[in-house]
Amino acid sequence: MDFLKYAVELVAVLLLALGIKGLSKVRSARSANQLAAVAMALAVLGLLINYLGTSGISAAAWTWIIIGTLIGGVLGAITAQRVPMTSMPETVALFNGCGGMSSLLVALAAAFFPLQLEAAGLVAVVSIVISVFVGAITFTGSIVAMAKLQGWLSTPAWMQSKARHVVNIALAVASLVAAIKLITDGNGTQGLWLLVVASGLLGIGVTLPIGGADMPVVISLLNSYSGVAAAAAGFVVGSQLLIVAGAMVGAAGLILTQVMCNGMNRSLVSVLFGGALGASAASGGGGGEYTNITSCSVEECALTLEAAERVVIVPGYGLAVAQAQHTLREVTRSLEAAGIQVDYAIHPVAGRMPGHMNVLLAEADVPYEQLKEMDVINPEFPATDVVLVLGANDVVNPQAKNDPNSPLYGMPVLDVQQARTVFVVKRGMSAGYSGIKNDLFDLGNTSMVFGDAKKVLGDLLGELKELGVGKK
Amino acid sequence: METSFVEFLWVLLLGSLLGLELIGKVPPTLHTPLMSGANAISGITVLAALTAIIRSGDNLVLLILGAVSLGFALFNVIGGFLVTDRMLAMFSRKPARKENR
Repeated sequence: MDFLKYAVELVAVLLLALGIKGLSKVRSARSANQLAAVAMALAVLGLLINYLGTSGISAAAWTWIIIGTLIGGVLGAITAQRVPMTSMPETVALFNGCGGMSSLLVALAAAFFPLQLEAAGLVAVVSIVISVFVGAITFTGSIVAMAKLQGWLSTPAWMQSKARHVVNIALAVASLVAAIKLITDGNGTQGLWLLVVASGLLGIGVTLPIGGADMPVVISLLNSYSGVAAAAAGFVVGSQLLIVAGAMVGAAGLILTQVMCNGMNRSLVSVLFGGALGASAASGGGGGEYTNITSCSVEECALTLEAAERVVIVPGYGLAVAQAQHTLREVTRSLEAAGIQVDYAIHPVAGRMPGHMNVLLAEADVPYEQLKEMDVINPEFPATDVVLVLGANDVVNPQAKNDPNSPLYGMPVLDVQQARTVFVVKRGMSAGYSGIKNDLFDLGNTSMVFGDAKKVLGDLLGELKELGVGKK
Repeated sequence: METSFVEFLWVLLLGSLLGLELIGKVPPTLHTPLMSGANAISGITVLAALTAIIRSGDNLVLLILGAVSLGFALFNVIGGFLVTDRMLAMFSRKPARKENR
């Protein structure tokens, strides 16, 4: 029986590793995800068979296993089918928080009741402490992240001041005291509850002040934490498979978080402790008034597009918010029908999280080959007639290349200003999330088209039809 | 006990190193699906929840605690894998459809 158990675990680990590996390549991603799901099912079956063959599973246990499976599984399946693609970051945060909660509950169960587990004494207590601490932070942090992205929660003013550091340090100290008390006492209920409350509040305190645009990085980091929590739960129940899988997710999540930070030119430390980027923008230059804004009508924009041979679309966060990707697709379809070459320039952090824009455009049926990554499209801007910037701002700011005093300096940007004409569709002159003036808007070849992205695109589509673009 | 603990530490170390190696170059396109997929895998705590239920000795509080934990973990696993699949399905169907037009 032991042999079978190890064989199943080894195969499951192998498949999980291949799954994560495959998820990082476009061609294999979908089958890799399915492979990981199969590995998970295999691991569960292996565990059940192993217990059936040794100690057996009681009728009461079966009942509760089925109840838990049905409720969690059905709710998960419904949620996965129902959520709109635009709220993907919140959904990942929600799922992630639940994973953390699960580890927390297992650790609590192990702390209160003798589960006849292999780990005992110091090892058991330490792994329970880690599982509770990380699990609670993952849960509350993820739920706060979700609530903030959904707009259910805003940051209270005192949370943006330095006072929050004092509060968070106090909570961290309280967690540490509780952990030490738990470890020295062996098994103290008071210490355990203090740990649960303090680490839960710490998760809220750390996540709440973080700005909406930095939230994806935090979700990615919390995703890494939930892996750590799973690994700690693996020590609690003595499962090597759990430890390996948890450690893999923890480490991979850390790498992914780093990759995301690089794309945004932010360090992880400044995301976690620096507060919103706007604060540094005020002191750091990059301010100033606009002096040379040209605004133009949708009609002019349509006329210019009609005369173009090569058009590049720069979609951003605003496009996703306005839910305008389907209208955009119709506009580009009529341009393509008129023989105009259309590409999409995708900045690494376009949308609400890296890769999110690709998902949104894919949903609107945009062919994958037309989505060009920044390094590919940047050399092509000088040969581009018209660039249409839709709801993007900081990622097209030339300051990032030209002005060493700018807080954006060094961030990779799209060189749209090299194109012949640039149209920026924007609701008003408000600054991007960084609160920094965009030098692009002042340039001579840039025209602003004011209005909601969806409405402007709808009007544009009408104008193009009137001009007969795309009809033969 | 001591040997198994050391064994576990080795497992932890090797698992972490494997995780660091697995993701080297990821195209930005895949960041969101990858995060979502990795997130589903972190729901592997189902195993811990199942263990807690099976070893509960039919203690009702423990059974309920375990079942709630199992529910949370499965919500993460099933929801996570399905939503990842939904995202990735959008990428993969593209080339085939284009030829039809």
